[in-house]
Amino acid sequence: MRDASPAKTYALHIGVIVLLFALNFVLPDYHQGLFARIMALAVFAMGYNLLFGYVGLLSLGHAMFFSAGLYGAGLTVYHLGWGVPEAFVAGVVCGALLALVIGLLALRTSGVAFMIVTMMFAQAFYLLILYFAAWTGGDQGLVIQQALRVVSIGGASFDLTDPTVRYMSALALFAIVLFVTLAVVRSRFGRVLVAIRENEERTKMLGYDTVANKLAAVVASGAICAASGAAYALLFGYVGSNFASIQYSILPLLWVLLGGAATTLGPLIGTLFMYYVTDITSGFTSAYLLIVGVALILLVLFAPKGIMGSIRERWLGWLP
Amino acid sequence: MAAVMPLLTTKGLSRQFGGLRAVDGVDFALMPGEIRAVIGPNGAGKTTFVSLLSGRIQPSSGMVVFDGADITTMPAYKRVRLGVAYTFQITSVFANLTVFDNVALPVQRTLTDGRSKGQVRTSVMAALERTGLADRAGTLAGQLSYGHQRLLEVAMGLALKPRLLILDEPTQGLADSEIDNFITLVREIARDATVLLIEHNMPVVMQLADRITVFNAGKILADGTPEQIRANRQVQDAYLGATHG
Repeated sequence: MRDASPAKTYALHIGVIVLLFALNFVLPDYHQGLFARIMALAVFAMGYNLLFGYVGLLSLGHAMFFSAGLYGAGLTVYHLGWGVPEAFVAGVVCGALLALVIGLLALRTSGVAFMIVTMMFAQAFYLLILYFAAWTGGDQGLVIQQALRVVSIGGASFDLTDPTVRYMSALALFAIVLFVTLAVVRSRFGRVLVAIRENEERTKMLGYDTVANKLAAVVASGAICAASGAAYALLFGYVGSNFASIQYSILPLLWVLLGGAATTLGPLIGTLFMYYVTDITSGFTSAYLLIVGVALILLVLFAPKGIMGSIRERWLGWLP
Repeated sequence: MAAVMPLLTTKGLSRQFGGLRAVDGVDFALMPGEIRAVIGPNGAGKTTFVSLLSGRIQPSSGMVVFDGADITTMPAYKRVRLGVAYTFQITSVFANLTVFDNVALPVQRTLTDGRSKGQVRTSVMAALERTGLADRAGTLAGQLSYGHQRLLEVAMGLALKPRLLILDEPTQGLADSEIDNFITLVREIARDATVLLIEHNMPVVMQLADRITVFNAGKILADGTPEQIRANRQVQDAYLGATHG
């Protein structure tokens, strides 16, 4: 399945990027903004999927990696006056380092214990953000002014609050991460990750240091989630502790499950689906969460492998 | 003629599970290039013994030396890189991966270690040709027949380019016709590697083994050529007695 039809695979992924690019020019303002947000958060889901979908490690603490990026970028801009690119890099580095430390500790466990340990670390991280309210703004968060969110590249300056610039920046990040994950899952490293998910003991007996491979996956996943968080802070100008709460550890899990775990496009589809179901139903009723819940239950009952997972199973076996 | 160094030796190798001494002070030596069969009644400690050799479990005491180096505390994955490959008693191919990907995993390992050169695809297809699975490369391993899964298991072991291949009950569940192919395959493997084989099927053992080691109650009961073992009174009492009257 992996070595079959790389041409089709690349055509499909490029097609998705082209479609998203074109949507910028046809979507009404409101939906253009929503799509930018969805693309930025789909990156979060892709980072989560790398670990959950491909390695089979279920973390309930990924909000800490997202918010490490969010605060890493947000605080350096807000307090230190760093430029946007430097702040973005700072966010990603914070996420990767945090993931390295958490990975070293949490990978001593597996299964349910891994879920609990990651969740506890994320809670500790959340409480630290509240504790250091003098810098982080606590539960109020911080608003990053428009003036701080302007990028100048070679004389030209881009204002990230401009809807088109924001949309294109989110799309650029999304496209890069999409192709990075595609390359990773098609690589030798990706094959080892899937092997660990399927049977870790057997993978060891083929000569693989599974702990080192899992650690590398945790760091990659953490860095991608942090990139999403950093982009979110810089594009939408708000850094808040609610992004570090348990809710934001569970959301990427839901997005990935909906879209299809261990599929490259599943995270985007799942994030898109959740956002629009919420958006549409909240227009009709204040009990929209009930409808979201019903949609989730139906999906679990009739398409337990998620949207892309079911499509792959029934029609398109070559989907990565 | 200079004495040939054993490829693998153990000294006083023991492993206790609670009060049970599953492997009890075993001194064992394996010469390069031989096919050695390990036999013994159920619960004699055979699988525990080879698990100690492969590093899947740690010994309570004693030592394991491979090619002159003490590997007693070395983790299993590093032993594999040295050339100690283990195929599982219960078939444990990656059911949800294709036959190709199953073999690609050991192949890319040897490429990364620099123990072989070339493309993943070519080496994978070579290993599949050798075991007669080439036309099934794109099939999910879980959809193969049991016999083919055992062959895939062997193909994966082969692809690791082992110097010592440990086969834990490889013919279990194979049909008679498949067993003949299997014997040919093991002889072929033994041209490049040393083979240590746990086996219950006595005709297979008698045809394949250069030497046989008999385990009983965690200890080596006897060690010798197939003829010596066949003639050994103690072995007949402990093990063969049941089948040979």
